[in-house]
Amino acid sequence: MTTWDRFLDTFFNGKVMLKYLPDILWGVVVTIELAILIVLSGLAAGLALALLRSLAIRPLNWLIIFIVDLFRSLPPLVIIVLMYFGLPYAEVSPSGFVSTWLSLAFVLMAFSEEIFWAGITSIHKGQWEAARSTGLSFGETLMNVVLPQALRLTIPPLTNRTIAITKGTALGTVVAVSEILGAASSAMSNSYNPSPLMMGAAAYLVLFLPVVVLARRLERRFAWKR
Amino acid sequence: MTPQPIVDARAVHKHFGTLHVLKGVDLKVAERELVFVIGPSGSGKSTLLRCLNRLEEPSSGSILVDGIDMLDPKTDINHARRRIGMVFQSFNLYPHMTALGNVTLALRKVAGKSRAEADRLGQAALERVGLADRAGHTPGQLSGGQQQRVAIARSIALEPRVMLFDEPTSALDPELVGSVLEVMRSLRESGMTMVVVSHEMGFARNAADRVVFMDDGLIVEQGPPAAIFEKPTQERTRAFIGQIQRH
Repeated sequence: MTTWDRFLDTFFNGKVMLKYLPDILWGVVVTIELAILIVLSGLAAGLALALLRSLAIRPLNWLIIFIVDLFRSLPPLVIIVLMYFGLPYAEVSPSGFVSTWLSLAFVLMAFSEEIFWAGITSIHKGQWEAARSTGLSFGETLMNVVLPQALRLTIPPLTNRTIAITKGTALGTVVAVSEILGAASSAMSNSYNPSPLMMGAAAYLVLFLPVVVLARRLERRFAWKR
Repeated sequence: MTPQPIVDARAVHKHFGTLHVLKGVDLKVAERELVFVIGPSGSGKSTLLRCLNRLEEPSSGSILVDGIDMLDPKTDINHARRRIGMVFQSFNLYPHMTALGNVTLALRKVAGKSRAEADRLGQAALERVGLADRAGHTPGQLSGGQQQRVAIARSIALEPRVMLFDEPTSALDPELVGSVLEVMRSLRESGMTMVVVSHEMGFARNAADRVVFMDDGLIVEQGPPAAIFEKPTQERTRAFIGQIQRH
């Protein structure tokens, strides 16, 4: 056996790969489920917080800023672990899947709130004044004039952050979620062979490369044209 | 009996922190009157204008527009503002909408018109400012002068009782000023009540009914354009007129 053959036998072992393919595929499904849930709930909650913040109610805004800063500074892994191993003491026992989903959704909420908020505040005061001078209410101005412009500005930072946080689904491994990385690493320890990890890497590429490409398209499509 | 003025502002004061910007201004504007407000920068003329539709909250005083008490907390300010058009120095068109979209937004959301009805009224308003053929263009595709005319259309579509102009031509290249003034002139001829803050003295001379000179938060002097420009009675007015006529 040449070195090259030994390398292939170790990292791309056909027999091992075939055996664990179903596990990895199931991991892909779990990752997709998690990712969709995180993106939808995280972005929705982030936007809701940013809109709440625009009402400029002082105590409420302090609370929002505190929550957002907290979730932006804590490592996502810590949040997942706290939720999975800590909450049971409060008589709530979320599954590993739910812990991972909610933790990452909170993190995405925090980051996206800041991005949405930056977008809203970057819209020139004159836009508000023009709309309000025609009799539009605060809410109508926000929804029809300010937010459509703000969302456009937020797309590039938002897609970046969303992809980064969605990749954090791999952290679910520590709380026994058999998403791609979890499935791959347990297959690796069962087979004493790193081939499943290569399959996992391939799965991430297949999953996220199209998302990255799509994000770039989206950014280009919504690039600011004045 | 004199008819009720459209704008009746009395003893309006405005403080920005420690800055006393308006020091008790009285301004009455009669129906169909064009009042031109001039004065050095920082004299409070823009602030006065912005107090009239409460974009700026006056510190004290009273403001009636078309009989509605603008400063009464019980007044539905959004409803009141619908009858007060405002045109800004920087146009402030909504960049994500077409010209027609800019004009019809308030028609649909505030005046409660259907989309078809709003489009019809919006198209008519664009027609009045000579931009019917630009309805589908976004602000980015329009020149400054065209943008400002769309902004005027956005206001007149709501059939306001009075129009406020806050330096409407100051951000325009000189060759584009004429088209905006032309639209303002035709508005005036249609009988619109207008309060104009501007440095277009030529327009003031031949279109204004009354020129108001403000300095340091107060109205120093007012009267017909000929009187203010040719025979000002106050030293400060004379100095200001002299200064702008040298250019």
